[in-house]
Amino acid sequence: MTKLIGMTPSRRTLLKGMAATASALALPGFVQAQSSAPIKLGFQLHRTGIGAAYGRWYERTTQAALKVLNDQGGINGRPVEVIFEDDGTDPKRGAEVVEKLASQAGCDAIFGPLFSHVVNGSAPRAGELQVPYLVCSEGFHVASGKLNRWTMQPGITDVRAQVSSMAPWVAANLGKKVTMVFPDYAFGHDHRDYFTAAIEAQGGEVIKHIAIPPTETSFTRYLPQIPKETEVLYHVMVGPAVLTFVKELGEFYGTGTRPEIFGFIDSLEAVDTASPGLEFLEGTHFWEGHCRVKQADASEHEAFYRMAVGVDDTGASVSDSKDVATYAHMFSTWETLFVLKKGMEAAGYQTTADRQKLIEAIEAMTNMPESMEHPQGAKVFNGKTHQVFGHQSISKVEGGKLVRVHMTSIEDGMYEDAVDYTTMSF
Amino acid sequence: MTRALALHLAVLAALFAAQFLLPSYHHTNIARIMVLAVFAMGYNIAFGYTGLLSLGHALFFAAGMYATGLGIELWGLSAAPALVLGLLAGAAIAAATGVLALRTGGVSFMIVTLMFAQAGYLTILYFGAYTRGDEGIVITRAARSIGSLDLSSDTPRYFAALALFSVGLLLNLALTRSNLGRAMIAMRENEERSRMLGYNPFKIKLTALLISGLYAGAAGAAYAVLFGYVGASFATIQYSILPLLYVLLGGAGTTLGPFLGALLMFYLIDISSGYTTAHLFVVGAALLILVLFAPKGILGWVRDRGAKWLP
Repeated sequence: MTKLIGMTPSRRTLLKGMAATASALALPGFVQAQSSAPIKLGFQLHRTGIGAAYGRWYERTTQAALKVLNDQGGINGRPVEVIFEDDGTDPKRGAEVVEKLASQAGCDAIFGPLFSHVVNGSAPRAGELQVPYLVCSEGFHVASGKLNRWTMQPGITDVRAQVSSMAPWVAANLGKKVTMVFPDYAFGHDHRDYFTAAIEAQGGEVIKHIAIPPTETSFTRYLPQIPKETEVLYHVMVGPAVLTFVKELGEFYGTGTRPEIFGFIDSLEAVDTASPGLEFLEGTHFWEGHCRVKQADASEHEAFYRMAVGVDDTGASVSDSKDVATYAHMFSTWETLFVLKKGMEAAGYQTTADRQKLIEAIEAMTNMPESMEHPQGAKVFNGKTHQVFGHQSISKVEGGKLVRVHMTSIEDGMYEDAVDYTTMSF
Repeated sequence: MTRALALHLAVLAALFAAQFLLPSYHHTNIARIMVLAVFAMGYNIAFGYTGLLSLGHALFFAAGMYATGLGIELWGLSAAPALVLGLLAGAAIAAATGVLALRTGGVSFMIVTLMFAQAGYLTILYFGAYTRGDEGIVITRAARSIGSLDLSSDTPRYFAALALFSVGLLLNLALTRSNLGRAMIAMRENEERSRMLGYNPFKIKLTALLISGLYAGAAGAAYAVLFGYVGASFATIQYSILPLLYVLLGGAGTTLGPFLGALLMFYLIDISSGYTTAHLFVVGAALLILVLFAPKGILGWVRDRGAKWLP
């Protein structure tokens, strides 16, 4: 038999050929694995610590949004995974959690924290790691320009805008001589400074500022400081002492005449307004970021969101009527997740190398119409200040339930830009 | 070279090498742990060596942190002088606290130091116009450089933390071998006998507290510059308890105990929080086991079992 020299493949050639064939066969699978790998998002969660009541609902809201998002096909055709990591509502741990989510878990972006001190403690590390950090904290710190290009707040209006937008209605409907009661730390000081300026712009005035030290557990010695000529008592308290505050306020005024009372629902987030001891709130008004009780004119998007998260028409969990939602704030996590989706799609996001493109894509956003993605209502995003602006509600307690009596315009809360992050380097 | 010095140099060499070996996440963690270990070393000087059980060290840490942060934010200082200011602030506040608190002893000393720390915390909130109260202050990256060394970058930050830790550790070792160090231990063991021998307990304890505050202030100042945040939460009781736990876990009255305690406690929380929300319960359980079976801490236990040369 003639040996066909040169036509028989050598062992080396054969191995090369097999390797090439195997590579060719494997490559589409590899490419497929790359493109269909889940997008990982980190959630900095207040699961324990003083923010735990919020954290519980933020996690539920995000899980519900994630299910909707994945049912719709995920982001850029890839499923999305959210990794929750407890920060103990502590700024030191917050920075460590950012590190863990970005460096160890390999998350593409991080979102979710509410408490301002956690955001401030974590944002520097997010900037150093160059990971998009989308916060849900209401704090003015983002728009103030104190943070960095990687930190944004596209899911909730900040406290400066919230407070400022209340003043026109308060002045027109409740009164112009206001006494403010607020906690004596940064959150309370924001209320003091921005509401005072806003009410003065409406021809009103704050006739007395009553700052309550954060360690106070009884308020009886502060209540006599409320001037008799007060027309509106503006209160914003946080923490467990709020129930004592309202109860003691009721005892202070008794059945006699009292000023109009306007408060921020932060005081009563996750607390049933029909709780014993809160009867005094009947007829008083509250700011709400998102109406806890389903309103008669609720949009289909609001109804869908409420059902998806598992909240009944009164604002409590569908599985436990005593488990009241942090409804005024928690929509921010839902909306932020969908902002991330939209941003990633606009940026053609594939890997962590595209993080900068993601930031630029979100900075380019402006109008966010009311939709399933934005069930709280329409918003306008300011890419320069990294801050979103939306409608706010004023509700009145009627029969132990919060009924909306006014919705502000988006413009009511807007203020001049303090920073242009788009000019900052990455 | 003694065994003790060789061990300390080996630990520092290992930490130096770790810079090149550790993955990103643990790299930053170790930098953070070294800064916290300096805080714990300071605590150990007061508690472990001198027997001063303080519940007010958060005040000294926060004094260093705020002096540095406010120095940068309000007075426009650059990072280097701001760090020195922080270090001195920690020492000055500790000395001022000591002058008053050292008139008491035992449980009373604990309570008085706790009250001072709480007053410090409330003072930070009270001057919210400058300190931004509970929200705290973010220090910009531009302000976190010494010369051309950008301390917000991973490698310079690690080496800065290592330099601080090295100086702190070697000075601590030198202190334990000095006359002052021995007098401090004498205060812990038997104050009355020391007094009878001619020592002035008040003076020695005040000096120990001042050095302790110097360490705590240096750690607070370094934390502000290296991690870019100054906040009131660092002045809360939690940050007085943490160095105590680090020291108890690692070994009170041992030079390497604070670092070992900070390292183990950090990862105990980090790992357990991935499995349960009750991670503080895990920490508590670990401490209970420690108190029951190794009340002198890990290195104290090692020292009792043969390594008597361990400082």
